[in-house]
Amino acid sequence: MGIFGSLIKKEAIHIVRDKRTMFITLLMPLFLLILFGFAISTEVKNIKIVTIVDKHTDMSRDIEQKLAVNEYFTYLGQAAPGDVERLLRTGEIDAALFIRTDGDKLDTQIIVDASNTTSAKTSTGYIQGVLSGSSQSQPPILTQTLYNPQMKSAYNFVPGIMGMIFILICAIMTSVSIVREKENGTMDLLLVSPTKPGTIILGKLIPYFILSCIILAIMLLIAYTVLELPLSASVFNVIILSLIYITLSLSIGLLVSTIVNTQLNALIVSAVMFMVPIIMFSGMIFPIDNMPRILQCITTIIPARWYISAMRKLMIQQLPFGYIIRETVILGSMTIVLLGLAITKFKNSR
Amino acid sequence: MNNQKKVISVKDLTKKFGSFTAVDHISFDVMEGEIFGFLGANGAGKTTAMRMLCGLSFPTSGSGTVAGFDITTDAEDIKRNIGYMSQKFSLYSDLTVIQNLRLFSTIYGMSDKEFKSASENLFKELEMEDMRNTLVGEIPVGWRQKLAFATATIHNPKVVFLDEPTGGVDPVTRRRFWELIYQASSKGMTIFVTTHYLDEAEYCNRVSIMVDGKISALDNPTALKEKYHATTMDEVFRIVAKQAKREE
Repeated sequence: MGIFGSLIKKEAIHIVRDKRTMFITLLMPLFLLILFGFAISTEVKNIKIVTIVDKHTDMSRDIEQKLAVNEYFTYLGQAAPGDVERLLRTGEIDAALFIRTDGDKLDTQIIVDASNTTSAKTSTGYIQGVLSGSSQSQPPILTQTLYNPQMKSAYNFVPGIMGMIFILICAIMTSVSIVREKENGTMDLLLVSPTKPGTIILGKLIPYFILSCIILAIMLLIAYTVLELPLSASVFNVIILSLIYITLSLSIGLLVSTIVNTQLNALIVSAVMFMVPIIMFSGMIFPIDNMPRILQCITTIIPARWYISAMRKLMIQQLPFGYIIRETVILGSMTIVLLGLAITKFKNSR
Repeated sequence: MNNQKKVISVKDLTKKFGSFTAVDHISFDVMEGEIFGFLGANGAGKTTAMRMLCGLSFPTSGSGTVAGFDITTDAEDIKRNIGYMSQKFSLYSDLTVIQNLRLFSTIYGMSDKEFKSASENLFKELEMEDMRNTLVGEIPVGWRQKLAFATATIHNPKVVFLDEPTGGVDPVTRRRFWELIYQASSKGMTIFVTTHYLDEAEYCNRVSIMVDGKISALDNPTALKEKYHATTMDEVFRIVAKQAKREE
């Protein structure tokens, strides 16, 4: 076995013998995907609603019935106008619908608890949907939801979680493992040997690259089976782009390791400088289009933003490769710049 | 000693970190087979000087050769001919004894066959035959130190650099460690060793004392003691190190 082979074998032993880290590394993607895929959902369900009706007509009864059968609402019946404020305050209801009969027309008013803006907006939308459906004066609006017809939030989260996991595993684990060797002095033993610095770096990076590929395989498997993402020819593109992104994350880890000198600092720098921006500015949770212009500019330097955007196009919209050329070029250039920078810094550290 | 070959030869070697001069124009020679003690207080510049000789750090100015190769241009050739043991215990503690040895022997270009005979001898010499499959993290510190030395010398280097090899080890183990050093020296290896323990300085053929980045004294222990009218190296060191102005 050559030098390169023994370095990789040694690193593999480090990874496998460190059972706790290994366990977390393999389970975390699973855990996050399942958690975001099923438990955490931005859909609003079980909106508790009452109606306040001044006069019973067929039209008002029609609305009440629709609320009662709709799975998004928990219809609690009618309430007296004076009770509404108390019910909202105690949280017994989320919304109230006032219906006033005016000749053969209905006047309606929605009162909604907006302490949580997301659910308030969504429930108002739902109620309006119910009302427009029952109003005879105007035809119902036809809406067709493309790409994610059931509006599953799992679809939305899968690309985000992938963008986060790879930075987490590649950047944090690589930087910590290199800095650990610096701390223990074993890096000096390697550097003082005839082994070329490039070989040492590759010997460190390749095992983590392989580990990341295994994790990628696990995540894709879950995404396409348990979470039922539509499977199509773009899976190939998903893998290619993910490999670029993994390389990028490894470069970040290497760069961090050349800057810091303790494992703790490596962890803090990787976590604070990379994790937080990814969660905030990658578009994973907060839509980038809604951000102020200055923040939108900041998001352009965050690799995860481009990866997540491309992943959405590939995995959810099922677009062909032509539509993600921009993202691919940006991620590719970032990788080359960061890797170049990291290797130069590593070589110049003496 | 004058007719012997110079293995390390250094002239005006200097290393600056910004405005701080860690090593300030040092010059010395080390002969083949010699045990050369490199003494100095913390922060005197010992480790920096040693790292330059090993090719881990580039000198700011000055020149030097190790094992016949120039330290500024032939660092790769130097690396093939030296062994290095750093002040921290530095082997992989989650690898077994034999895995560590195998890794470093491969890095130094030994074939499987060469490794097999070399490691068998080593295990016998170190009396570690029953520990070969133990994780390095689980063996006692004294044994680890011996193992680290064995790892540094497995490829029969011309020069071995030992950076405070006996730090944090009890006197008995230190004594045994020095026996290993003598053994290696008798095989023709040149030993370049830094240490904090001044009793160890007595074991060296020649000793240099660094103060504030400069070499303030260099001779064999007997001559040094005579020169400074001292009875032990400890006294010599105190007298020489008193000149220090630099804070740690």
